[in-house]
Amino acid sequence: MSDTAVLSTSARPDRAGAAPRVGDTALTARLAALDLPAGGFSAPARRDAAARLNEMGLPGPRDEYWRYTDPAPFNAPRPEALAIPPREATLFDDIDRLKLVFVDGVFDAAASDDLTGEGLEIDTLAAADAGGDHWAGALYGQLETAGQNPVRRPFAALNTLAARDGVLIRATGRVARPVHLLYRRSDEAADVHLHHVIRLEQGAELTLLETGAMGARSNAVLEVDLAAGARFHHIASKRADDDKLGIGHIFARVGEGALLKSFALAVNGRVMRNEGVIEITGDDAVAHIAAAVLGDGDEGRFHHDDTVFITHAGQRCESRQVYKKVLKNGAQGIFQGKILVRPGAQKTDGYQISKGLLLDEGSQFLAKPELEIYADDVKCSHGSTTGALDETALFYLRSRGVPREQAVVLLVLSFLADTLEEIEDERLRDGILTRLDQWLTSRATG
Amino acid sequence: MLEIKNLHVKLEEEDKQILKGVDLTVPAGEVHAIMGPNGSGKSTLSYVLSGRDGYQVTGGEAMLDGRDLLEMEPEERAAAGLFLAFQYPVEIPGVGNMTFLRTALNAQRKARGQDELSAAEFLKLVRERGKALKIDAEMLKRPVNVGFSGGEKKRNEILQMSMLEPRMCILDETDSGLDVDAMRLVSDGVNALRGPDRAFLVITHYQRLLDHIKPDVVHIMADGRIVKSGGPDLALEVEQNGYAGLLAEVG
Repeated sequence: MSDTAVLSTSARPDRAGAAPRVGDTALTARLAALDLPAGGFSAPARRDAAARLNEMGLPGPRDEYWRYTDPAPFNAPRPEALAIPPREATLFDDIDRLKLVFVDGVFDAAASDDLTGEGLEIDTLAAADAGGDHWAGALYGQLETAGQNPVRRPFAALNTLAARDGVLIRATGRVARPVHLLYRRSDEAADVHLHHVIRLEQGAELTLLETGAMGARSNAVLEVDLAAGARFHHIASKRADDDKLGIGHIFARVGEGALLKSFALAVNGRVMRNEGVIEITGDDAVAHIAAAVLGDGDEGRFHHDDTVFITHAGQRCESRQVYKKVLKNGAQGIFQGKILVRPGAQKTDGYQISKGLLLDEGSQFLAKPELEIYADDVKCSHGSTTGALDETALFYLRSRGVPREQAVVLLVLSFLADTLEEIEDERLRDGILTRLDQWLTSRATG
Repeated sequence: MLEIKNLHVKLEEEDKQILKGVDLTVPAGEVHAIMGPNGSGKSTLSYVLSGRDGYQVTGGEAMLDGRDLLEMEPEERAAAGLFLAFQYPVEIPGVGNMTFLRTALNAQRKARGQDELSAAEFLKLVRERGKALKIDAEMLKRPVNVGFSGGEKKRNEILQMSMLEPRMCILDETDSGLDVDAMRLVSDGVNALRGPDRAFLVITHYQRLLDHIKPDVVHIMADGRIVKSGGPDLALEVEQNGYAGLLAEVG
């Protein structure tokens, strides 16, 4: 029996109708600080989320999946004010894309591209929720709810309850231009909840890009529903001046023959927690999720936590989790990754790798890989390593005349390389690599 | 060009003396070979000259063109014109061979106060130099040494040497892991670089490499010292009689 099964069976009955773990007062104070929307099409989902959250309570440090990341800053009623960073060019400025700007978590139509005529249905949550029935009504909060079992994710329920805006996208064919969600800040103390819903119908294809800072504190949920043969590409980039305190969630349902590829780049920042919950429901589907993380503890506390749960319910499906974290000056990197293979999910090919590259002795990488397998004809592997730079490789590069700082940059890029391989689009991949190289080089020589 | 005087070296972590007074002079334009049994200190000498960590110089000196090698960082030694072809070239996943070569070449040019090569100039040069070593565009694009055969790795070392145009080239058992054809390719590459302004120090166990790269002087190293030096015939003597006989002779 797995740890999580124990958690879900023993923890729930105790708490039914009783005080949540941190105490009702904490949750009450947390909710009181928010201006909760009533919702239109989303109203039933919000009511349900409120009930679920009340039952779960906010997480505490003793929660199985919150042992390595202190939930306190996420539990606090309000975030600390945070200076607004200067506006920088984004990674995707040179790419032909459909740009949607959110300022403090609110859609900014004037700064965004025209939403009509892209060959896809696209609305903002705020606008759609003010109207009547909407296709997203059948999905909003649904994948989030499904993703609560067996591991509770209170902040995701909080998001479904509290989110005022986000993007709702439905595509029926191949969408040529990527959709770029660009986040900006204007209020120093904004506590932002964004909730996006994406539905790709049979054979549809979409690329979603995300950059920028959502708020002083952010809580995001991305629900992705992929019908048979749909293909979804996702690239998120967080830079030093972007979110300083944030929790992000991806809840995905991957249908027959569908493909999901998600890549996240995180450079510095402060405390980040990303939860990826992917359920492969159809046969012959593919789900890859990867992240390249660079953390320097000198620029404020750096703590980066990726918590991933991939469920295989279909046959002959492939999943990959590839996580690489480069840490220095006391930075902390966390990876908690699980592969669950349900009964009957034969010929599953599950792969998970997490690696920490520690550039000094004060940094830390903690990994908790888990496999739970209920089918007998599967191939699942996981690995995790933590180490310093390879001295032999460093000497090899230096012996060719490459100065030490530059050699370190090359070896860091080498370390991160296989996360970038998860980006299919060569132009996007090269763009990220170039920026990463420039960034590292300017740090190394500046 | 290369002058080593009474060089004493021990392991940094252990109380173990490896080099016990090496004296060696390699003038410009010459090829010197160092032969010797396992554990005699041949590879240590090459690492100490190129600046690898883990060794402590306890005495003596090593100069390149009158400059103190031992005071320099590895990258400074490279910029000063020293090159070591590794016995076991290192794999660097995710870094293209071309990127690696260009970074190295431009770093050295920069260190010497020369202009960096443009992308086009570099490409022309690397194609031309690669061709002679049968290194094609595909091999240049692959990550450094990843998935390369033994022969490909050694050819890649020689390509780096030919691109970087060092004054003093040290080849550490470049013949290990090479078949006959690869040995010829590598040797041709080395011979093409021979010239009056360049010197070579070829470290090898076997005489066969010296059939292809003809040395001017052969040194025998044993127990951390050069115990005998002579002409090319000395290598043949080793091949015929083994080290044991020879070492007994020098005492």
